[in-house]
Amino acid sequence: MHPAFSVIFLTTLIGAGQGLFLALYTGQVYAFFHLLPAQADGRFYAIGSLIALLLLIGGLVASFFHLGHPERAWRSAAKWRTSWLSREVIVLPTFMGVVFLYGVAHSLGWHTPLVTLGTLTLDATMVLGVLGTALCFALFICTAMIYACLKFLQEWHSPLTVANYLLLGSASGFTLATAYSAYAAPDLVGFYGKWAMVITLLALVTRAASLVRNARLKPKSTLQTAIGVRHGQIVQKSQGFMGGSFNTREFFHGQGAGLLRSVKWVFLVLVFALPLLLLVGGLFSSLSGLLSAAFLAQYLGLLAERWFFFVQANHPQNLYYQTIS
Amino acid sequence: MTQLALVIDLNVCVGCHACVTSCKEWNTSGSAGAMSDDRPYGADPTGTFFNRVQTFEVGSFPNTETVHFPKSCLHCEEPPCVPVCPTGASYKRKEDGIVLVDYDKCIGCKYCSWACPYGAREIDEHQKVMKKCTLCVDRIYDLSLPEAERKPACVRACPTGARLFGDVHDSESAVSVAIRESGGYALMPEWGTKPSNHYLPRRKTQIRIHTDELMRADNPLKKERQLPQPDKSEPSLDDVTSW
Ligand code: SF4
Ligand code: SF4
Repeated sequence: MHPAFSVIFLTTLIGAGQGLFLALYTGQVYAFFHLLPAQADGRFYAIGSLIALLLLIGGLVASFFHLGHPERAWRSAAKWRTSWLSREVIVLPTFMGVVFLYGVAHSLGWHTPLVTLGTLTLDATMVLGVLGTALCFALFICTAMIYACLKFLQEWHSPLTVANYLLLGSASGFTLATAYSAYAAPDLVGFYGKWAMVITLLALVTRAASLVRNARLKPKSTLQTAIGVRHGQIVQKSQGFMGGSFNTREFFHGQGAGLLRSVKWVFLVLVFALPLLLLVGGLFSSLSGLLSAAFLAQYLGLLAERWFFFVQANHPQNLYYQTIS
Repeated sequence: MTQLALVIDLNVCVGCHACVTSCKEWNTSGSAGAMSDDRPYGADPTGTFFNRVQTFEVGSFPNTETVHFPKSCLHCEEPPCVPVCPTGASYKRKEDGIVLVDYDKCIGCKYCSWACPYGAREIDEHQKVMKKCTLCVDRIYDLSLPEAERKPACVRACPTGARLFGDVHDSESAVSVAIRESGGYALMPEWGTKPSNHYLPRRKTQIRIHTDELMRADNPLKKERQLPQPDKSEPSLDDVTSW
């Protein structure tokens, strides 16, 4: 497939925003159970939510560049019963709304108990956090399923796609939370840093698994099934036109195998190896610059990872567009 | 239920592209607006088409065969392109099974084209909406046309009659009979899309002859033996006819 930069930015930006929100709320839940020191005021969560919201808005803006008719985008909420894209279109703004409210609740200190469970009392921030977490996971699933549900894009049609979107997004969000807490709440750096490393390692496992899986894939469609002629040797002599068409532009990436291989190693280093080293270094040396560099490296790596994700997918329609004439 | 579809006879198609040009002519002149082109007479022309004719070579020299292969939307019975459309712009009509795009609803997200394994959908780069074969839906029901002309433009244009059009759910229709009796098949059956359009394979008429069949071994009526020389005394044919 041809990698669309709007979609690369959409998925990586909202992934980081979602991960950051998950990190903020995880921290709050730990503090709620007295496993972490509580924050004196809501500023840490409020500014964190603002950063998450900005990332989500950035993703949303990027997504509009993918549409031919952005002014009709509201129509895309119609078919949520059948289309994962439609579901994403509904869940993303809902999640953004909840993140916004979560930040507002923290900055305005809405701490009146809403729900009482035994000795525990939940205020608005905790309730909004639960809601936001559910929406956040739903959004990861919707985004990934847009790709994973297309069964003839065999590289994408796997539960590993969902795992990768979930873990890679969360990893970048937790790394960002580590860098952010180094400035805003230094007592949380160790907590976020360790989670960021754990999730990055988990993501490495699932991403490596999908690389191995895709390297061994055997395409189900062949020229034989594409034109229905049973013969071992078929070559296309003409695709029916001399210039390009949508079919030759949208589904071919036109990059050499060498570039693909290098991008694969680039993203493996930038998403996994380098951030892990920088996180370890940052935690031991308490240099906050290293932690910010970890996030930057990981985000850049994720751009390469997403590019590779698109380029690696082989669409069966390409069988019909092999030879100009 | 009706399912309109094309049946394309690869045994007959000569690859002349008449269906491609007639399709473009009819559909670019319709009320839905032009199918836009860029640099049509330039070095690198590109444009929107519903139908393409491709050519494949089967086998290796000297035992090769050229297969001309017209390809357009197959109006699948289980169209994977329809459920993924977020707006409902892509839909399959209940009454005749044609898969259509509502150009007023389409947001140009291209997701449906990713979901079609056949590459049958092309975005119009100027109108920014998805386009594909409509089976000439604005023509086949047009009562102002004589009945014989209420067929897709490509079917009418094909000089060799390689394209049949009809209801593949009616077992007695010409298309159903052709599929049944001439080995009609669907493209990429592995994805379960159940294409309605079918293709008829290349066919060769051959009989198998053994050498002993070249000379009749049994000849009960002795039809083929050398006739005996008539005796000189017998009347010859000349004698019979000349008296
Ligand atoms: S051929 Fe492609 S565009 Fe046409 S109905 Fe089937 S999947 Fe949809
Ligand atoms: S490009 Fe148009 S028809 Fe295709 S999925 Fe998007 S909105 Fe639907």
